[in-house]
Amino acid sequence: MKRPPVVSAAIILGFVLLALLADVVSPGDPYEQTLRARFTPPAWEAHGSWTHPLGTDRLGRDLLSRIIFGARVSLAAGVVTVLLAGFIGAGVGLVAGYHRGRVGAILMRVTDATLAFPIILLALILAVTVGPSFTNVVIAIAVILWARYARVIHGEVLALMEREFIAQARVIGCSAGRIIVVHLLPNTLNTLIVLLTLQVGYVIIVEASLSFLGAGIPPPAPAWGSMVAEGRDVITTAWWVSFFPGLAILLVVLAFNLFGDWLRDVLDPKLRQQ
Amino acid sequence: MARFLLTRLIQSVATLVLLSLVIFVLARATGDPLTLILPMVATEEDFANARRYLGLDQPLHVQYLMFVGKAAAGDFGTSIRARRPVIELLRQRLPSSLALGAFSMAVSLLIAFPLGVLAAVRKGTALDTGAKIVAALGQALPTFWVGIVLIEIVAGRLQWLPAGGNDSPAHYILPGFTLGWFVIAGLMRLLRSSMLEVLDSDYVKTARAKGAGEPAVVWRHALKNALIPVVTFAGVYFAILVTTAIVVETVFAWPGMGRLAYEAITARDFPVIQAVVLVTAVIVVAVNLVVDSLYACIDPRIRIDPRRP
Repeated sequence: MKRPPVVSAAIILGFVLLALLADVVSPGDPYEQTLRARFTPPAWEAHGSWTHPLGTDRLGRDLLSRIIFGARVSLAAGVVTVLLAGFIGAGVGLVAGYHRGRVGAILMRVTDATLAFPIILLALILAVTVGPSFTNVVIAIAVILWARYARVIHGEVLALMEREFIAQARVIGCSAGRIIVVHLLPNTLNTLIVLLTLQVGYVIIVEASLSFLGAGIPPPAPAWGSMVAEGRDVITTAWWVSFFPGLAILLVVLAFNLFGDWLRDVLDPKLRQQ
Repeated sequence: MARFLLTRLIQSVATLVLLSLVIFVLARATGDPLTLILPMVATEEDFANARRYLGLDQPLHVQYLMFVGKAAAGDFGTSIRARRPVIELLRQRLPSSLALGAFSMAVSLLIAFPLGVLAAVRKGTALDTGAKIVAALGQALPTFWVGIVLIEIVAGRLQWLPAGGNDSPAHYILPGFTLGWFVIAGLMRLLRSSMLEVLDSDYVKTARAKGAGEPAVVWRHALKNALIPVVTFAGVYFAILVTTAIVVETVFAWPGMGRLAYEAITARDFPVIQAVVLVTAVIVVAVNLVVDSLYACIDPRIRIDPRRP
């Protein structure tokens, strides 16, 4: 058994607390512009000051405050998207696995077609179609992401369907709905939980990429991806504007992935190959 | 075998039809392109004329069939923004994307293969730990950020390599590495775990017992079977590479399909969006078909039940 990932768990918990308590712990207002203090370097650099520990951006906004409030955006986007996609994907996988005939074949065709679609491309089109906003980013990613859950859950259900207890449930006259919800779903929950955790990091990266490309959470909301984009042109003179939001993404995603890996080893070792 | 390939071929075509439909509907939903190309003072009549000229006045299903028929013949219409045939833009951009993708894939394989195998063989050593760190970082580093940081450090401060454009072989290194980073991490991780499993299997023990040297056991006996899951995922990694290219090409000002897609989407250039996404989808589906066929060649078990979960 692997050691519990204390550091990862602490990082996740830390960012969750920052996101929840942003109003209390943030040193300043993430939207307040102080043009005279624009491009203030981090406190430890020459000309830095502890009023802005991580420095300020082009509009003189406090970077640390923006990163703290940005945690809300990233974590919420990650968790909500994954839950939505997991809900749809598990539903499709369960139904397709139970009805192996034409219904199953059609559902899995749609799943495969969705899987073949480059996720960022579609998310970009959708985000531009319906306009960039938090809700639209979540929908845009979930519309593709569900297929991954459907594939894996479908595989699990196919295996479960061969088992004795499903045959018995059928013999005593359980309805399809009851077999799916009461007998199949609970047996796929471990897999589902592991997949959900492992995908939070991925979704945070996709959301950040979209925001970076200008198709994600619109400004002036503090989203980590668009913060990196804002600092892109001034990277040679004010490296901190891009650097720290990117570091925040790296930390959170790394923590979620390592935590997910551990969870998989504990709950569902056979998922390893996937 | 023939039946398996035929089934997969039909599935691929069905996938493409479905995708083309989705692309068509989505591209039509990105708002009225005429508001972008016509001047503010354009009259209703100007709008009607332009709509007729671009074929946007036809019923949707007619527009779709026209689109598919022409696309199959390589005619993707005229770019609304560049006012040039889309196929010209594709011809111009596709080669540089393919060149970058091929370079990146080659580098990824060259790094991921030895590292993945050695990490499994020397499990628990510093090399294995290093490989684990690379793998963990590969899946957690945001591509666009890596690109920017590399541009600042390698191209800016150290001035070792050029940052934007594709004028010389040196221009390939930074975007190629940025693009391949994720694939390196993923492939290596996959190869490591699959090697570990194979090295523990009975036939490897038999080979050892019969006195085969360790290098022969690892590189000849074990690697062949450890490759099976790697081949299965090759299609997935290819799709990831294509997607990541949009971000990488945008960051490095690389004149390829990815940046073309980004430019087209921000300008609501319908014909270009359709063409780029469709061509990308055809490439991804074709690669997946080839990979599945390869897979069936390597692993006969798969041919027995084509509807593997």
